[in-house]
Amino acid sequence: MRKLALALLAVGALAFAADSYLIRGVTIHPVTQPDIPDGSILIQDGKIAALGAKVAAPRGVQVIDGKGLHAYPGMIDSATEIGVSEVGSVRETNDTGELGDFNPQLRIGIAFNPASEHIPVTRANGITSVITMPGGGGRGSTGVITGQAALMHLDGWTPEDMAVSRSAAMQMVFPIIRTSNFRFPEGLTHTPYAEAKRAYDKRLREMSEFFEQARRYQQAKAAHDPGFKENLKYEAMLPVLEGKLPVMVIAERERAIREAIAFADKQKIRIVLAGIREPGKSLADLKAKNIPVIAGPTLDLPLEEDDSYDAAFSFPGELYKAGIQFAFGTFNTAFSRNLPYQAAAAVAFGLPREEAIKAVTINAARIWGAGDLIGSLEKGKWADVMLTDGDPLEARTQVKRVWIRGKEVDLSNKQTRLYEKYLNRP
Amino acid sequence: MILKMLFSNAVALACALAAAPTVIQNATVLTVTKGTVKNGSILIRDGKIAEVGEKVVIPAGAKVIEAGGQFVMPGIIDCHSHIAAESINEGSVSVSSMVGIEDVLNSEDISIYRALAGGVTTANILHGSANAIGGKCTVIKMRWGKNAQELIFEGSTPGIKFALGENPKRSGAVANMLGTGRTARYPATRMGVEDVIREAFLEAKQYQASWREYREKMARGEDALPPRRDLKLDPLVEVLVGKRFVHAHCYRADEILMLLRVADEFGFKIRTLQHVLEGYKVAKEIAAHGAGASTFSDWWAYKMEAYDAIPFNAAIMVRKGVVVSLNSDDAELMRRLNTEAAKTMKYGGLTEDEALALITINPAKQLAIDSRVGSIEPGKDADLVVFDKHPLSNYAKVQKVLIDGDTYFDRDTDAGEHAQKDARKKALLDKEKAKPKEDQKKAAPSGARRPS
Repeated sequence: MRKLALALLAVGALAFAADSYLIRGVTIHPVTQPDIPDGSILIQDGKIAALGAKVAAPRGVQVIDGKGLHAYPGMIDSATEIGVSEVGSVRETNDTGELGDFNPQLRIGIAFNPASEHIPVTRANGITSVITMPGGGGRGSTGVITGQAALMHLDGWTPEDMAVSRSAAMQMVFPIIRTSNFRFPEGLTHTPYAEAKRAYDKRLREMSEFFEQARRYQQAKAAHDPGFKENLKYEAMLPVLEGKLPVMVIAERERAIREAIAFADKQKIRIVLAGIREPGKSLADLKAKNIPVIAGPTLDLPLEEDDSYDAAFSFPGELYKAGIQFAFGTFNTAFSRNLPYQAAAAVAFGLPREEAIKAVTINAARIWGAGDLIGSLEKGKWADVMLTDGDPLEARTQVKRVWIRGKEVDLSNKQTRLYEKYLNRP
Repeated sequence: MILKMLFSNAVALACALAAAPTVIQNATVLTVTKGTVKNGSILIRDGKIAEVGEKVVIPAGAKVIEAGGQFVMPGIIDCHSHIAAESINEGSVSVSSMVGIEDVLNSEDISIYRALAGGVTTANILHGSANAIGGKCTVIKMRWGKNAQELIFEGSTPGIKFALGENPKRSGAVANMLGTGRTARYPATRMGVEDVIREAFLEAKQYQASWREYREKMARGEDALPPRRDLKLDPLVEVLVGKRFVHAHCYRADEILMLLRVADEFGFKIRTLQHVLEGYKVAKEIAAHGAGASTFSDWWAYKMEAYDAIPFNAAIMVRKGVVVSLNSDDAELMRRLNTEAAKTMKYGGLTEDEALALITINPAKQLAIDSRVGSIEPGKDADLVVFDKHPLSNYAKVQKVLIDGDTYFDRDTDAGEHAQKDARKKALLDKEKAKPKEDQKKAAPSGARRPS
């Protein structure tokens, strides 16, 4: 079995060998190391084979003149629905938000549409991998455990080719005391507080019970209990209980964040908090417990009328000052390509620029357990590289060329094709 | 009494005349229409721009705003917004031209302040897109702190909202599909949308003719009964005579073309096509009709009719001779239209001035307020935004916003006020926290409920 896996790996390596590139004379921004002005990057077998001030050109390599250009690692969007949502309002084109409250067995990795038009559109702006969530971003989702999020490369023939990690996190939408609800076509409905609180308490009990059941399942399995029967839901929970798989918890405000932290402590699980907007004093807990955060969305209104107008813009800067490890997510599909501008808005309101770059590259890779594979330009990592004519966080900058796993990808897409077609309409 | 009134008016007038001029100095001035003045100054007198240039003499007693290293651009104009309105959709009927935003303006909507903080000084406040012919629209300035009447852009041409495609046909289609018992409202198809508009204008033409006939009879000295006034048709007659602008929500190329042809048939003009995400497919026809196009920078795929939307839309339409603006349609996006404009340099290669025009002079032209706002030129309203960096940079943030020469937003002042507000809020919350125990004690024994 192991031999077979190695043989397959070798075949994979051969397939990539045809694509080797030497990018010369380029300003390299490795992110994890100081910038290298006028450097070279050698891409071979899907990986970064070498980079530095001087790199010798192997025979047969394609040499690319990078003069005046900048090389950055491809960006990572830590919260999207890419591959499972095509047209927002057309239900048939959406595969997020399954029915049921506890669905840890659901896997994005098998429902990801590699032919989605969003993939080439998004990567054209230098985003090379994304987290795709099964719960539709959590907002409006009624489930608690919505399934397994995947970390996907934005290039490949099949979802299997594209997966950096088919299971990067278990997604959980932390319940809140919901007194108002908006549903189409009924519109806004209100629930009295006492009733909403009862529903919330019941939900918390169900969560504890579900974890308790999963733990009993784990024990029964380990004990080779004669009455043991396989159960897909609890089986899927094992990596979570073993601390191998983090839980991506969607929680917006202080109360939900505190409860989520308490829940994680009690259940002894590893969590990443996502979509947090108003952590209040829980910020200190996040730091004390080293809980990573997916900030955002940054380009958003303040939650309350009397919040500072720039609350969402300045929030990532506060995360940084509090010493919290964080990455950016767009919590969107069509706007995933605007990931760098979320980061830039945070820079305008107090986040150091180099930290903003990290939050769309290496921080994300590390949070999702792929820190040794992607997220920076380092020897031995997958060659996810973009060449730009300037600062990628500026909208005016053009992304000129992109490599994913060492393969140069086509930057044309549905939109560039329509552009050319209609610009030339007689 | 009269004397007293005259006196106080005279004092007010004298005060107004004596209001100190303001000078913004040492800034990079992006005039949009007259190029960029490096190290420039702007003299403001009586709410108007009096002078712009490198050498502006500072009058004695002038208030000086030092803007060294900063950038000044004209106040941003959003041609499509729904802020500052209590409600926006009268969707119970397919033609709701009898209602209007002006009657429900909410001057206390915090979105006004937030828009200011993003550099927006003027916005076209539209009725929603629930029906083929929607309600009347109003242009406002972001005069935060003033009342609803004072928000209205004096002398601006009123508008009316039209809507094509998925939104106006949804009410009919959803009821048909779900059998929900909700009354299906005609139309349910794009054919029906066209029909609703044609029927309405046919009626408006007949109504217009009945009034003409009446006036002619009266002019001839004949006896005549006036026709019954129709509040639904009056605004459509105003459209026919060019006194009210049509702002039409649309997406697909076919429906855009349909509306232009209906307008041709009835002899009126479409002032702006809103959203117009497939405008790039029929840019030639839009330019020929003379309609403006107000679009999103890069929204797509949120609904079927937005699936062929491309971020190059604005650039193609500009190149094909259409007056184009970028709008927000959203209280959040409204706060960063400057970086939306920057995207048109990336997607389609517009120049800096062309990009800035999309959010200043072009929407001003579309709303026919370009003699007043939209560029930094002597004689125009002193509606100005000071940025710390070039406004087309994603790192730029608004420092100051002036409307009619008065400062309506200042980042430093905002920061100061926020600390005060936080303290006041905390005091109130603390007071409230201290209170309930006592109240509970008092209330507990009786157990009586307060009558509702």
